[in-house]
Amino acid sequence: MRVAILSDIHANREAFDAVLEAVGKQAPDQLVLLGDLVGYGPDPVYVVEKAADLVEGGAFCIKGNHDEAVAVSPNGMTENARTAIEWTRERLAAKHFDFLARLPLSLRSEDRLYVHASAERPEKWLYIRDMDAAERCLSASDARFIFCGHTHIPAIYYALPGSRPIHFSPLDNVAAPLSALRRHLIVVGAVGQPRDRNPAACFALLDTSRHEVTMVRVPYDYEETARKVQASGLPTWLGMRLKIGR
Amino acid sequence: MERYETGASIDGFELVERLPSGGMASLWRAKNPKFDFPLLLKIPFLDPGGDVSVILGFEAEELILKRLSGAHVPRYAASGNLATVPYIAMEFVTGIGLAEMTGRAPLPPDEVARIGGEIAKALAALHRQKVVHLDLKPENIILAERGAVLLDFGLARHAELPDLLGEESSVPMGTAAYISPEQVLGERSDPASDLFALGCILYQLATGEEPFGRPATFAGMKRRLYHAPKPPRDFDKAIPRWLEAIILRCMEVDRSRRYGEAAHVLSDLRNPDQVVVALKRVPANKRAWDGIRNLFRRTDEKSLVGKPAGSAARAGPPIVLAAVDLANGSDALAGEVLNETARVLAAREDSWLACVTVLKTEIVGNTPSVDESGRLVYLQRLVALKDWARSLHLPEDRISYHVLEAVSPADAILNYAEHNDVGHIVVGARSSSAIRRHLGSVSTKVVARALCSVSVVRLKVIEEQRQLPP
Repeated sequence: MRVAILSDIHANREAFDAVLEAVGKQAPDQLVLLGDLVGYGPDPVYVVEKAADLVEGGAFCIKGNHDEAVAVSPNGMTENARTAIEWTRERLAAKHFDFLARLPLSLRSEDRLYVHASAERPEKWLYIRDMDAAERCLSASDARFIFCGHTHIPAIYYALPGSRPIHFSPLDNVAAPLSALRRHLIVVGAVGQPRDRNPAACFALLDTSRHEVTMVRVPYDYEETARKVQASGLPTWLGMRLKIGR
Repeated sequence: MERYETGASIDGFELVERLPSGGMASLWRAKNPKFDFPLLLKIPFLDPGGDVSVILGFEAEELILKRLSGAHVPRYAASGNLATVPYIAMEFVTGIGLAEMTGRAPLPPDEVARIGGEIAKALAALHRQKVVHLDLKPENIILAERGAVLLDFGLARHAELPDLLGEESSVPMGTAAYISPEQVLGERSDPASDLFALGCILYQLATGEEPFGRPATFAGMKRRLYHAPKPPRDFDKAIPRWLEAIILRCMEVDRSRRYGEAAHVLSDLRNPDQVVVALKRVPANKRAWDGIRNLFRRTDEKSLVGKPAGSAARAGPPIVLAAVDLANGSDALAGEVLNETARVLAAREDSWLACVTVLKTEIVGNTPSVDESGRLVYLQRLVALKDWARSLHLPEDRISYHVLEAVSPADAILNYAEHNDVGHIVVGARSSSAIRRHLGSVSTKVVARALCSVSVVRLKVIEEQRQLPP
């Protein structure tokens, strides 16, 4: 079975379209949207409606903190993020809010758990940025594979019972092995706002029969997205960072 | 755990005969009609409560072996799920185990160089596939008809895969007799570590002695950071200086002084006359004194082993072959070949140049150098070749000169390149002419047959010349 996992699209239409085209060529058995459809980017309506179509077609979609902030309230966010949330709210209609509000915090499918931030209290939106956070996330579930997003930086943690998880930075477009002996926490890079110094959009492709997961990188026209950010009155930095991938 | 008997079947592999093995896994000759090569099945000993490193090493080997290809590793066939039926099925390689050869050491220097060359070639092929073996020893090398074949990747490291084994352990992993100083300090990513082990093997083949013995403790293994082994020629003055120089350069503790590339070791073993031999050997008491001084002066052991050649330094080809035609002296095309060679070498600081020129002979077997006048032509060409390369200002150990005598220059260049694991060939092309098109030029043949990148250098055709009617 092959699963494409897209996280942190952040209302970036150009990145989302480019990734969906790449995903289409891979023809996976399952598509998962791992949260943060909106926030930061200039095309929230397009992205939410596209996501709703994909869910209609069988895709899973998880709620992210930006989705919740737009649908409920922007608590505990940076100034730029909050400005973007307010901007986004003014552009969405009731059906969009409704779609975002109904998204689940996590979803279990066979031996795989999908959650936006961490399996440890998903509603707290904790970041998995170190071994301790990874260990706590892994101990909060018995799934063999936990997929998270939220940090915008790809990572894989390999966990063996009784020892500390091992961190690995997966290489772009190079399949990383999955172990029959271990559990895995896979932090998927961002579609719409990569922060690992590579501006190309990122999604994860899981292949359960080959025991591999690949962080696929998809170049897209970020100049256009940045131009839209500028033109729409969103904070300029939100466009700038797309060009440098941070 | 399950114990297998002869005749048992695992995933379609029938166990035919149990072979002697070490303490980590059982080895079986096996049959499976799906594969058209002789098979070996490796089944780990997984006793409950047993050493977890057995299964981790097995996992590492499975991950790496299935990504490797080529003549210098056993072909991978299949593997079972580690959690349920763990096994690796691979090609059964026929040949002479190197352990058998070390048992007969000391061997004649030519034989040591030949075996060393085979191993260096296998290491170059392995390192090109981004894998460091990290447990190179006679027991893991088979001298097969197709060349040296490296076995057992249980401690190996692939540059693009997580180091699941190394991250799990803080004790140095390797074999005490051959482990490199940086591995003793816990580093597991440098191809130069395999070259250190190769040096230990060559030392053993040449002298009949293991350079560091087989220390059983961590402190014992660490001694090699401070104490150099007795130089091979102290055992036997019949060991040539060039061979000693190669062995000791493989075994340098400081990696900035060790060979950085298996291809370079190969080239030196194949071209003993090009090996730079230090004029004065360091006297034994000086070495001992250095060891003692290091003991007190260096508080940081990591600084003793130096830094690995970084990935940036590995951007270009390690060995560049510049083929230059000096039959009519150094002309404009030879000058342009030189310029291009300089550009290719600049891509990588530790690259190394083999200057090649071909002395055409008319008849095979009657080389001109046998008579007095032929010898003179050969020497003149060598002088011209050195003069041609002079302006590159490369240090002695980054450059070598080869006047090849051959009927076909292209074949000579190609043969040299393949034999010495050249990474990039620079060759000049004369401007097009009817007869050249008909016969095929040297550069055309080199481009068509070379197993590496080729830069073809041609003088820019001046516009007016081209517009003239033929």
